[in-house]
Amino acid sequence: MKHLDEYRDPALARKLLAEIAAVTTRPWVIMEICGGHTHAIIRHGIDLLLPRQLELVHGPGCPVCVTPVALIDQALALARRPEVIFTSFGDMLRVPGSRESLARIRARGGDIRTVYSPLEAVNLAVQNPAQEVVFFAVGFETTAPGNALAVQQAARLGLTNFSLLVSHVLVPPAIGALLAAPDNRIQAFLAPGHVCTVEGLQDYEAMAAAHQVPMVPAGFEPVDILAAILLLVRQLEEGRAQVENEYRRSVRPEGNPAARLAVEQVFQVCHRTWRGLGEIPASGLRLRPEFAAFDAQCKFALEETGEMESPQCISGAILRGESKPPQCPAFGKECTPEHPLGATMVSSEGACAAYRHANRQ
Amino acid sequence: MSWQIKPENFGCPLPAADGATVQLAHGGGSRLAAELIEQTLVPAFADPVLSRLEDQAVLESPLGAGERLAFTTDSFVVDPLFFPGGSIGELAINGTINDLAMGGARPLYLSVALIVEEGLELAILRRVIADLGAAAKAAGVRVVTGDTKVVGRGSCDKIFINTSGIGAVPAGLALSAANLQPGDKIIISGTMADHGMAIMSCRQGLSFAEPLTSDTAALHQLTAAIMAAAGMPPAAPAQKANEPEAGQALRAMRDPTRGGVAAVLTEMARASRVGVVIAEETLPVAGPVRGACEILGIDPLFVANEGKLLAVVAPESAGAVLQAMREHPLGRQAAIIGEVVAENPGLVALRTALGPHRIIDLPSGELLPRIC
Amino acid sequence: MCLAVPGKVVEIFEENGLKMGHIDYAGAISRACLEYVPEIRLGDYTVVHAGFALSILDEEEAAKSFAAWRELQAAAAREGVDLFGRPLADADADADEQE
Repeated sequence: MKHLDEYRDPALARKLLAEIAAVTTRPWVIMEICGGHTHAIIRHGIDLLLPRQLELVHGPGCPVCVTPVALIDQALALARRPEVIFTSFGDMLRVPGSRESLARIRARGGDIRTVYSPLEAVNLAVQNPAQEVVFFAVGFETTAPGNALAVQQAARLGLTNFSLLVSHVLVPPAIGALLAAPDNRIQAFLAPGHVCTVEGLQDYEAMAAAHQVPMVPAGFEPVDILAAILLLVRQLEEGRAQVENEYRRSVRPEGNPAARLAVEQVFQVCHRTWRGLGEIPASGLRLRPEFAAFDAQCKFALEETGEMESPQCISGAILRGESKPPQCPAFGKECTPEHPLGATMVSSEGACAAYRHANRQ
Repeated sequence: MSWQIKPENFGCPLPAADGATVQLAHGGGSRLAAELIEQTLVPAFADPVLSRLEDQAVLESPLGAGERLAFTTDSFVVDPLFFPGGSIGELAINGTINDLAMGGARPLYLSVALIVEEGLELAILRRVIADLGAAAKAAGVRVVTGDTKVVGRGSCDKIFINTSGIGAVPAGLALSAANLQPGDKIIISGTMADHGMAIMSCRQGLSFAEPLTSDTAALHQLTAAIMAAAGMPPAAPAQKANEPEAGQALRAMRDPTRGGVAAVLTEMARASRVGVVIAEETLPVAGPVRGACEILGIDPLFVANEGKLLAVVAPESAGAVLQAMREHPLGRQAAIIGEVVAENPGLVALRTALGPHRIIDLPSGELLPRIC
Repeated sequence: MCLAVPGKVVEIFEENGLKMGHIDYAGAISRACLEYVPEIRLGDYTVVHAGFALSILDEEEAAKSFAAWRELQAAAAREGVDLFGRPLADADADADEQE
């Protein structure tokens, strides 16, 4: 596949690895904030090839993992209502709330459908006028433009039976929170290539300067990831802290203006609780008041419920980069992909699931 | 006042045969049921034993000297019923033939049992039955007995099919997932994930430049060619039953259906207490199937196949078996994808294109397309 | 986060007032909304996430990255050595120790 295979070229990857080994003189801790990077790193075994002085820490960049239990419980409450067709990306189906998951409600006869695009959920609302179609709008900056357009389209079509349960989160405030933690170890960031494709580089440049940490937006193939690590290590070794764009073929400095505009028209910034991280100010998106009719939380007057996290689960520490999955006492024992205790074991992007699938001990 | 008895008022009302949909009465003992059997089912299979419509098929013993019986059963549920390149009918015949063939058996007789949901269009039922008949005929395997049940709406999803099969296993042959030995080669008969992605693409609204079709096929002729190439004539002289022939070059065959290649190799590794290593760059995947897997975030190793097999062969016979597979129309893209090792017993490792090994775990639950 | 794969635009059309397209991924064709890449043309490669095209791949930038990397590769060929100076198959023994 063009624009894919050439970035998996083993010979080129090996040369980049040799370059990385050649420039690394000291230990460095780099976080890949994006779950897509975590997935690719484990899938291709990239972490096993890096010099031992380089430590890759997995970040909270998986929308499935950071969606708080309280919100998942709201999703479950909606999905149980007989008049509701609950739509979601496939990723969210197995995530446990405090008691069960969407997949279990579906098994009991709940009308839960997986969609690939939020526009499919809009189409379902058109086709089922007698029912309420709710779409579980999770995701980062990359997913927000599509969800924004789904709302605009529903408004244009005059739909009154379509709404979003919004759990959008933003990457830069999470990076800020991680860096501000007193015991922070992270010295550089592999920045999220597809988030930056939408948002551009402005926020990242500001953070690199303010916190003096190098940031490199990267693509998702081995050559991309290795080239980005090389750029980061060079900066660390030379004492620089800049944004260098590895993913130039997709990321423009200004991002995607049309997509950003739509997000701004439909959503506004709000405080969000991140599963495992707690509340981070101005770290999420919610629908603007003029779109309240499309906000499932308003429409169905959903109540906040208490959090019910498993006491054994250390997914919070894993999402903050403080612990690795095998350090959890429940890892592979009480907690498996079949019976997950926490979100990091559920999501295919979650660090625990990635370790488990690769049988890393 | 006197009652005029008119013939049409006499007796209980018959279920109105609207001629378009399956009704509960199609299931048992009624005229509708008899019609369905005589006009649709019997002609579709055109078998003299089946046509007698006895409660059982009475058959000549098919076994040659020293041969043993293989017996298998499988149930088929698939949505949609008809998909690019196949249908539930073809799957039901080919799947059971393949289960026999993977044990080295020559498939002989099949049974077909249908469980049909009330309200299904009769045209659809007839099409499914026609596909069953055509697939059996194409494979040269007889359907000798069968059953039909109709269940209330909602009790099943349109139609479920169970097929059982009987085959003859050559004397001295004992293929088993527990036979693997370090050094053995693992051969796949063609590209992975065609069937599963053809189905998933229907559900996800994907289309293809060239239609992506299920690979459903009966593999018993391919397995016969493999056994011949591995030095096992289908009718070897009689030996003591269940004793594997010393140095049998063909260790095991399996068709990687649900759970895909990953599930079958894991099963074999566990059964034989050996490790299996496969090499990423040798795994055959058709271009469009790979494209579909990439966009839906699905690993082709976990996706179902319906017309492919994995053969594990002693290294000295691997070349001959690969050659024989490639000469067969169903094995043209056969490839050696890995080997059996002594290390990491019970585990399957993938050597990535970059070099490191990654353990392949069984998928947990259904394959879902993901966006992250 | 954000699985997005590059594909080639093979058809552009309008549906319910939205600019839509068919995207070809090595022969698998999927629909995507093109509202966020208004200047896209047939034959362009685009990165699609959850049914939305988010950028048009810049072939020139891709070529530039490769030119830089090829230089590295050529240097490797001259040296004729592997990363840790041994065959790749041994790399995972090392991996096990690391964990």
